[in-house]
Amino acid sequence: MAIDSLAAAGTGARPSRPPRAVSRGRRGLGDRLYRALILASVWAVLILAVGLAAALSWESWPAIRAFGLRFLVTSHWDPVAGEFGALPFIYGTLVSSLLALLIAVPLSLGAAIFLAELAPAWIRPPVAFLIEMLAAVPSVVYGLWGIFVLVPWLRDWVQPPLGRALGFLPLFQGPPYGIGMLAAGLILAIMVVPYITSVSREVLLAVPGSQREAALGLGATRWETTRIAVLRYGRSGLIGAILLGLGRALGETMAVTMVIGNRPEIAASLFAPGYTMASVLANEFTEATSDLYVSALVEIGLLLLVVTVLVNGLARVLVWTVGAAPARGGRA
Amino acid sequence: MKSPTKFLVMLLALALLVPAAPADAQMLMNGAGATFPYPIYSKWFEEYIKVDPEVRFNYQSIGSGGGIRQITERTVDFGASDGPMTDEQLQKAPGPLLHIPTVLGAVVATYNLPGNPQLAFTGPVLADVFLGKITRWNDDRIKALNPSASLPDQPIVVVHRSDGSGTTYIWVDYLCKISPDWEKAVGRGTSVKWPVGLGGKGNEGVAGQVKNAPGALGYVELAYAVTNKLPAARIQNQAGKLIEPTIESTTAAAAAAAKSMPADFRVSLTNPNGADAYPIASFTWLLVYKDQPNEARGKALARFLWWAIHDGQRHPAALLYAPLPAPVVKQIEATLRQITCSGKPILAAK
Repeated sequence: MAIDSLAAAGTGARPSRPPRAVSRGRRGLGDRLYRALILASVWAVLILAVGLAAALSWESWPAIRAFGLRFLVTSHWDPVAGEFGALPFIYGTLVSSLLALLIAVPLSLGAAIFLAELAPAWIRPPVAFLIEMLAAVPSVVYGLWGIFVLVPWLRDWVQPPLGRALGFLPLFQGPPYGIGMLAAGLILAIMVVPYITSVSREVLLAVPGSQREAALGLGATRWETTRIAVLRYGRSGLIGAILLGLGRALGETMAVTMVIGNRPEIAASLFAPGYTMASVLANEFTEATSDLYVSALVEIGLLLLVVTVLVNGLARVLVWTVGAAPARGGRA
Repeated sequence: MKSPTKFLVMLLALALLVPAAPADAQMLMNGAGATFPYPIYSKWFEEYIKVDPEVRFNYQSIGSGGGIRQITERTVDFGASDGPMTDEQLQKAPGPLLHIPTVLGAVVATYNLPGNPQLAFTGPVLADVFLGKITRWNDDRIKALNPSASLPDQPIVVVHRSDGSGTTYIWVDYLCKISPDWEKAVGRGTSVKWPVGLGGKGNEGVAGQVKNAPGALGYVELAYAVTNKLPAARIQNQAGKLIEPTIESTTAAAAAAAKSMPADFRVSLTNPNGADAYPIASFTWLLVYKDQPNEARGKALARFLWWAIHDGQRHPAALLYAPLPAPVVKQIEATLRQITCSGKPILAAK
């Protein structure tokens, strides 16, 4: 209060007063406004998240009541008969995303290490730019490219030899349609590579030079330096990058829908068609007419939210535990 | 520095204000629903400006299910659906709803075989292929229908729509009528539990998968098949004739059904008994309340519908929809005269 009145008096005697008092008075008001705005945005985000979960739960309540836990463990999806089980969609979402990570993580980390550690300086910006460009391609374009280029290529050139060489594994059995889980995993991998690569590159660039100098000073080779001093130092960031990619893969809809075959069945083979949670929502929501059907679809949306939250939670736990490790390692 | 910015802001404000002023005089009719008739409806909305410049339309092609939901909740002036509403759905609506047929569509069987010969199918053979009972192209029953075509010893890759769709409804409705096995095992709906096959999203998804998989057999809308020059099989109708899917044979399906048309037009046209009727055809409907809440809007809507089933029928053929046959137009006229506003008929005897 005293400062306010001082400042108010100050504005009256402008020429003799130092401008500092004036600005301090304004800052008091500005600070309060700033605080209110920030608080409002925090609450808005929180309310939005809680409201989203509440609305999804509310809308899916008829399906939850009708099917209970059966919804999670049965794989019978028959809109005509009004029987709904979400297991094939959960399975498809998890398997396609994990397959995508399996392919994308080595590629992305390799690219990030090259860009951060090995590449000559002049080549870094254009290559990094090109990789980030991949993130700007709309997913429907990936989907079309998938149908017209990737799928025929898989069907004619990849799946037949894979089936011949590794056909004794259930993973690679069945007729080569091209379309299916493998195509979905591949297209997702291409879509998450730019995310994982650019975040990993930033993480690696943030590793202090003294780390590398110390390792080199101890006589480590280039590879050993990268492995011991850079990758280990940045591993919590790298895991964060990978989980960001996973989050993207779990929610991707359009491109996956176009190449996965949309068949709600759990098949051991990667050649077989599958289905994901996001795809079934995109496919069936517009024409779902019965209340129970809509409710079952909303419950899938709720499940997708739960899976995403679980994955994010897991990410946090991983980043915390791994993030604590270098300190201990450093002491040893 | 500041004045150009100000000038731009003012320009922007003007640009926002100017079109808003005459819009007051106009009436904006809101509609939502089926995606399949969207091209012809937009054509109509555009042409109708010449007839009545006061009325503008805003149509959201969100799907038949969405259209039914929105008209039931009265958030739009009219809904649109590729499948008739069920009795249960009609009961949920706050007032009696009318089904107004607007145009017809057909669904064709398309395939990918070496050289793409012109094939012919019967309903039971199609049903057994989609049930997974016939699995190879050189099956005796397919060979018997296509003696001149060279059919490879290759598995049939069945492709269906993965998204809920009126196209699927028409297709499985036909299979239900033709095959008791299909009706028992699968049934009818905008999405069903497919016994075999791969799902593609939209006509383009199915067509893309059919084009890319040798030995594929799928179904798409007639309009889509014609514009994309996809092979389309002839299908045997109830009269035993093999009918090529065309606009004329689709209209013939409705003409054949005109004699036994129910008053509310909630009718499936598949497997009709006309000699030249293509057997996998259907109406698409606009859904309007019989009693309109607002007189001016009700009048505008009824007049538009009247125009659509008369002068509007010049436009469908160019967009590869089949126009309504004359006897059906007469029947719809009677229905449109039933539209009222607080009890008073809107379209007086014209």
